[in-house]
Amino acid sequence: MSINIALAGNPNCGKTTLFNDLTGTNQYTGNWPGVTVEKKGGKYRRDKDVEITDLPGVYSLSPYTPEEVVTRDFLLSGSPDVVVNIVDATNLERNLYLTTQIVSLGLPVVVALNMMDLVRKNGDVIDTAKLGRELGCPVVEISALKGQGTQDLVTVAVDAAQAKMAPASKMRFTDDVESAINKVIDIISGKVPHTEIRWFAIKCLEGEDLTLQKMQLTATDLSQIAAIRSELETAEDDDAESIITNERYDAITDVCDGCVKKSTKGLTTTQKVDRIVTNRILGIPIFIVIMAFVYFISVSTVGTIATDWANDGVFGDGWLYTGTEQYDEAVATYEDALAAAEESGASEAQIAAIEETEPDPAEFGLWHPGIPTVVEEWLVAVDCAPWMQSLILDGILAGVGAVLGFIPQLIILFLLLSILEGCGYMARVAFIMDRIFRRFGLSGKSFIPMLIASGCGVPAVMATKTIENEKDRRMTVMTTTMIPCGAKLPIIALVFGALAGNYYEGTWWVAPLFYFLGLAAIIISCIMLKKLKAFAGDAAPFIMELPQYHMPTAKNVLLATWERVKAYIVKAGTIIFLSSIVIWFLLNFGVYEGQFGLLDTEMDDYIQYSLMAGLGNLLAWIFVPLGFGNWEGTVTTITGLVAKENVVATVGILTSLGEVGEDDPGIWLSFAQMMGGTSVAIMAFCAFNLLCAPCFAAMGAIRNQMRSAKWTWAAIGYMCGFAWCVALMIYQLGGLITGEVAFNVWTVVAIIVLALMLFQLFRPMPKHNKEANERAQGILDAEAVR
Amino acid sequence: MADSATTLRDVPIGETVKVVKLTGEGALKRRIMDMGLTKGTDVTVRKVAPLGDPIEVTVRGFELSLRKDEAQSVLVA
Repeated sequence: MSINIALAGNPNCGKTTLFNDLTGTNQYTGNWPGVTVEKKGGKYRRDKDVEITDLPGVYSLSPYTPEEVVTRDFLLSGSPDVVVNIVDATNLERNLYLTTQIVSLGLPVVVALNMMDLVRKNGDVIDTAKLGRELGCPVVEISALKGQGTQDLVTVAVDAAQAKMAPASKMRFTDDVESAINKVIDIISGKVPHTEIRWFAIKCLEGEDLTLQKMQLTATDLSQIAAIRSELETAEDDDAESIITNERYDAITDVCDGCVKKSTKGLTTTQKVDRIVTNRILGIPIFIVIMAFVYFISVSTVGTIATDWANDGVFGDGWLYTGTEQYDEAVATYEDALAAAEESGASEAQIAAIEETEPDPAEFGLWHPGIPTVVEEWLVAVDCAPWMQSLILDGILAGVGAVLGFIPQLIILFLLLSILEGCGYMARVAFIMDRIFRRFGLSGKSFIPMLIASGCGVPAVMATKTIENEKDRRMTVMTTTMIPCGAKLPIIALVFGALAGNYYEGTWWVAPLFYFLGLAAIIISCIMLKKLKAFAGDAAPFIMELPQYHMPTAKNVLLATWERVKAYIVKAGTIIFLSSIVIWFLLNFGVYEGQFGLLDTEMDDYIQYSLMAGLGNLLAWIFVPLGFGNWEGTVTTITGLVAKENVVATVGILTSLGEVGEDDPGIWLSFAQMMGGTSVAIMAFCAFNLLCAPCFAAMGAIRNQMRSAKWTWAAIGYMCGFAWCVALMIYQLGGLITGEVAFNVWTVVAIIVLALMLFQLFRPMPKHNKEANERAQGILDAEAVR
Repeated sequence: MADSATTLRDVPIGETVKVVKLTGEGALKRRIMDMGLTKGTDVTVRKVAPLGDPIEVTVRGFELSLRKDEAQSVLVA
């Protein structure tokens, strides 16, 4: 017979550590239906018949957060055979508060007293046997970190499950509350399972809508319960919910007084560390140093090296570990020779002879060829059809490789973030930054994704995982990629060049301008979105535990990192795989000289015959009001969706300049011509490409974080819509001011858009909350009448 | 209710006070109570965040951070 153990406990009580210890690598993650709360399951390492479910960390079984609802629904669903309630022994009072609620559920409960080693080290004594008698359930001492006592814990839990032994708690409330509870029990007895009756009675007394609706009591029952409740409320001069909470804590205080001997001592280690780390004066400098370190390691140094290695090495031509200098020199000599030969008009045979001498990196040191090179050789060897080769190499490998190439960087970032989370600093980040981010309706934890986004949007979106509040997380995901990432810099450089020409000094402001545009877009978006119904509501309460600092364990950090990277590979990978094929098809197939088929990509302007050009023509109308409504501008934007790096490359192909960089004056000129020569159109193009949907890899990451197709499309739709509006205003209104665009219908539209944005920005917060409450109240009233 | 009573917001750093009553309602009130700030509990105000908000308090032996607006709904003596 298989036994299902549910792990429940406060956040930071060592639940995940215990879960990792019990299940090892036999884990799977999913999410609870309807909510984005994570669901983890696994099989016990020593006995595959024991299923373990890791419930989200909660402080209480009240119905106010998705985590709380998920936890209690699961506990009441009947699927767990036994609940293992992990209790942080160093923080007994608050942890037992959840325990008092769990033991009233009527399920077999085992309390796992975690971190007992720390308690002893502090010189405190806990009378475990007495605690067990008071709670009415077995209490097992464990150290999840060291794996001590966990085997016993499972044995005790399995025994309790088989005995179906419901806890018999001795903890009682004061007499008048107990008598009120008993009166409610009399009313509802027979209408709910007998073992859970105390739980339901308390919920009825509290008047909790969620439970009352499910119980389907008669109007008489409801009014009798309401009478008992109001009698109690008058007597105690408080609302019923608060009375019960007070009673629970009072009962706990009594139990703890009897079972715990605390050694009197001064400040705890955590308090001492926090005196410095969140110090009023030192707090910010320390924060900046830590964040600079994270950014430096994961974005600019090790991260870039890792990404370059993956993109240019594994998914590129190959990678040379040693002897790079000599190789670079040889390449330079070779290229000079080739260029000289071409310039002097050498014959094809002569050029071919020089090409023969192209240096082979393998001769210069430790070298591994890239996957595409290996695959290409193999494909040529098996005599694969050219179109198939092109699909595999230019389509699938290039697209999927671009995504997988981020993995090394993601691993580094997640390692650092997991360490910050594991040691307890992440909560302090929120504590320090809360004041700034709350203004835009975000949480202090949104800082980290925004910072990372200036390097790359993919890890930034993935980093939002550390934000617990669902609304905050969604809003951060929607806005964080508006910060110009590394791949958008070439676009800015291109635009800068096209605007400046050779006149640098006067246009230095272009690059910083687009950074500010990104920041402003985030702030404006947050303020506007916050007033929409989906995001409305009071700022999430910031009543947050600042957990004790402790050394994160290697096992937990590695598991957390692996889990996040795996999610990225699987979910991002599948989307990218499909889209790469589609884009490849559009770019490589087309009608040339009346025949549909694979285009010759060696041809200078092959792209104009491709399906992509057709699609560009088809969609160009969207961009007409933005000033770049030709197929070239459209195609550039579409390929930018694959990867923003493609924008410059596509401009190169479209203007028949081939492979040129964004700092080549030739491309500036032809790009300016492509954009119709007006500076506002160039600015609008840049703004649109910076703010619209990010690259496929980032969109895959968004899909992964949102865990809902609806929200993913909402995010991408919002970004594109917002980008379009901004570009429209830049082109139409900016053009009107500079005199480059005449007053037309779209000018009016731009003015209306501007007015609407200003209205949404400055109107007071609408009262969605109140309406929702009133509606809920209405339903309840209607039910009460019935 | 008259706001003349002292709230947790007004308590100077380093002082320990007792919770008298919680104003406010619904999720916020419940959350404050769930975290152990119930009637009669001792609360020590530890510090204010570097930017002036939120504040950090010690309650029932652990560190809790809450915004000043939220601290305002905790009446203390």
